[in-house]
Amino acid sequence: MEKRAYESTGETLIRPIIRRGRAYYTFVFSLMAVIVWGGYAYYTQLSEGLVVTGMRHIVLWGLYITNLVFFIGISHAGTLISAILRVTGAEWRRPITRMAESITVFALMVGALMPLIDLGRPDRMLNLVLYGRIQSPIIWDFISIATYLTGAIIYLYLPLIPDIADLRDRLTWKGWRGRVYKLLSLGWNGSEEQRKRLERAIKIMSVIIIPVAVSVHTVVSWIFGMTLRVGWHSSIFGPYFVVGAIFSGIATIIIAMFVFRRVYHLERYITALHFKHLGLMLLALDASYIYFTISEYLTASYGAEAADLELLGALFWGQYAPEFWVFAIGGLVIPAFMIALPRTRTPAGVTVAAILVNIGMWLKRFIIIIPTLSRPMLPYEWGQYQPTWVEWSITAASVAGFILLITIFSRFLPIVSVWETVGERMATEGGIPLPSTFTMAANTHSVPLSGEESDRV
Amino acid sequence: MRASRRSFVKAVGGATAAIAAFFGLAGRDFTLFTKAVAPSNGGKPRKWVMVIDLERCDGCKKCTEACINENLVPPTFGAEPSFQGFQEWIKVFELNHEEGAAHQHQEAGAHLPTPCMNCQNAPCVKVCPVGATFYSEDGIVLIDNTRCIGCRFCMAACPYERRFFNWGEPPHSAQEQLIEYDPRYPVPHRRGTVEKCMFCAHRVEKGRLPACVEACNKAGMKAIYFGDAFEDVVTNGSEVVRLSELLSRRGGYRLKEELGTKPRVYYLPPTGR
Repeated sequence: MEKRAYESTGETLIRPIIRRGRAYYTFVFSLMAVIVWGGYAYYTQLSEGLVVTGMRHIVLWGLYITNLVFFIGISHAGTLISAILRVTGAEWRRPITRMAESITVFALMVGALMPLIDLGRPDRMLNLVLYGRIQSPIIWDFISIATYLTGAIIYLYLPLIPDIADLRDRLTWKGWRGRVYKLLSLGWNGSEEQRKRLERAIKIMSVIIIPVAVSVHTVVSWIFGMTLRVGWHSSIFGPYFVVGAIFSGIATIIIAMFVFRRVYHLERYITALHFKHLGLMLLALDASYIYFTISEYLTASYGAEAADLELLGALFWGQYAPEFWVFAIGGLVIPAFMIALPRTRTPAGVTVAAILVNIGMWLKRFIIIIPTLSRPMLPYEWGQYQPTWVEWSITAASVAGFILLITIFSRFLPIVSVWETVGERMATEGGIPLPSTFTMAANTHSVPLSGEESDRV
Repeated sequence: MRASRRSFVKAVGGATAAIAAFFGLAGRDFTLFTKAVAPSNGGKPRKWVMVIDLERCDGCKKCTEACINENLVPPTFGAEPSFQGFQEWIKVFELNHEEGAAHQHQEAGAHLPTPCMNCQNAPCVKVCPVGATFYSEDGIVLIDNTRCIGCRFCMAACPYERRFFNWGEPPHSAQEQLIEYDPRYPVPHRRGTVEKCMFCAHRVEKGRLPACVEACNKAGMKAIYFGDAFEDVVTNGSEVVRLSELLSRRGGYRLKEELGTKPRVYYLPPTGR
């Protein structure tokens, strides 16, 4: 691997914050247009009721719940990449942790909105707090998502403090932005004492956030797993969802890495190595997900209970076969080969695989939810579900909202952690008052960055 | 002042306890509507049960019709299948040969009227996040439509698909303006909330039979019995029979017994067909 050429000031990393071109505003406004359209769709839903959706008596949940599972899924990105790599002291993580952590926060925000949009009576949302019953998996979800969101925001914020202080000192902006940076930097001056405390706080958070994240997706799966429905009532659901979440989470980071690298010219920081490492992690999760999928369907089909077979028939060759096979082949098998073969294991190749994975995983969530609901519990005919323009519009708006949040974030705060990536270099050269710390854990202090580079490849 | 670790932990603990107490108190609140509603029975609550004789049912759907009229049942908002576009709180399934074979004791050509089973271990009650669905003291599963948030988790959880949702604004009439809302008679109906059969709790508390039982009797089938399992009697409006004797003589069973939901609706198989 080529030796990483550090800039002395990490200027590339904060350039997007200083300069915003026409392209940025065009992009933001087009995203906003989609969101406004989604807002109009939601307004229609509020005034007419859920009757404007395709959901009805049998298929009583649809795209909104699919999106909930999808967004909560990609929110796992931050946890895995950031926390696990921090805990294990993997040095290559440095330029991508911030990206991962922000994906977590914003995906969670959008995801948490979905069940609220799905409510028949959003005006009574507060009843969840006033009359919450701990016996209900929805309350488990409410608590665990709220906990995760709080934790994820703290976990995103802590490593941001030195960078915010850096912006405060470096940009010396007057006006509201200067004041906000000053406020958020919490008086950071990079002293030994502050550094020690910050390191400790990040270390504690990175351990705490892992079980919280695992619990969130487990509990989301239990919304389905705790019912008596064929296709849902399965003890594999908790781990199945957690693995699926990490899988689509990594895919999302890869896509974000590719885009930010291109648009913000971060080639020096985000290298082919990152795509290779994350690509291989994606491959490992892909294999795990294939394993879980086979376990789930083989167990259901071998026993050959009539109800199980009915559902599997609909998936394998019936009504939902197109979605199922696009997911299985396009979302699992093809990406696996693309990453496994060195020829396609390039940044672009890995990114295409990641996009396929996310399309596949969205479809997978769809075919977890819809077919099970369509299969009647009594001798009915099968339920039908055709999402309406309202549901598609709100879905598009939620994707746009997620992209918008992360875009705006990257324009106010560095999307690659400056102090963790180039901090050491800057400190040794006696530049601006950045923390001399670049390492998080005490043990990595003894390993110089250059030494780390040599055993990378 | 520097906060010590001890005081911090104490504060967090205190806050957690306060939140837990708040939730606990809020949770208490859902007994609001569970006060005894049954006619006096020497202080004992009733244990309402329904028995449906499949031998007698000819599938005329008079019960469904009576139910819709009695409860001013809202439309399905386009969901199929339905009875003249209305929610079927008691639905009469027609079992053809193939389908019938998949269900115990039901033979070709039989009809299966299905009200809410009013389970005593109800999956719907278990999953409600806000305590909007609950057991009345006499064992009827009721819904508080003023509390329901419309998440539809209870519908997903119901193994009998006997819960319905007001997808849009239910039609309102002058007639219902005189009615004060009560979970035992959820009129006026509310948009965005869940509805179902509740054994005509508003009639039963006054000592009347549910509308479907009455209609079935009037139509001459006399296939639906209703009564009190504590007193071990049920009636179809014409005859009064001993529940335990009827069930054992006719081989009464409940739908999806194996799920352990303990339904309060029994079926008598169509043996003579």
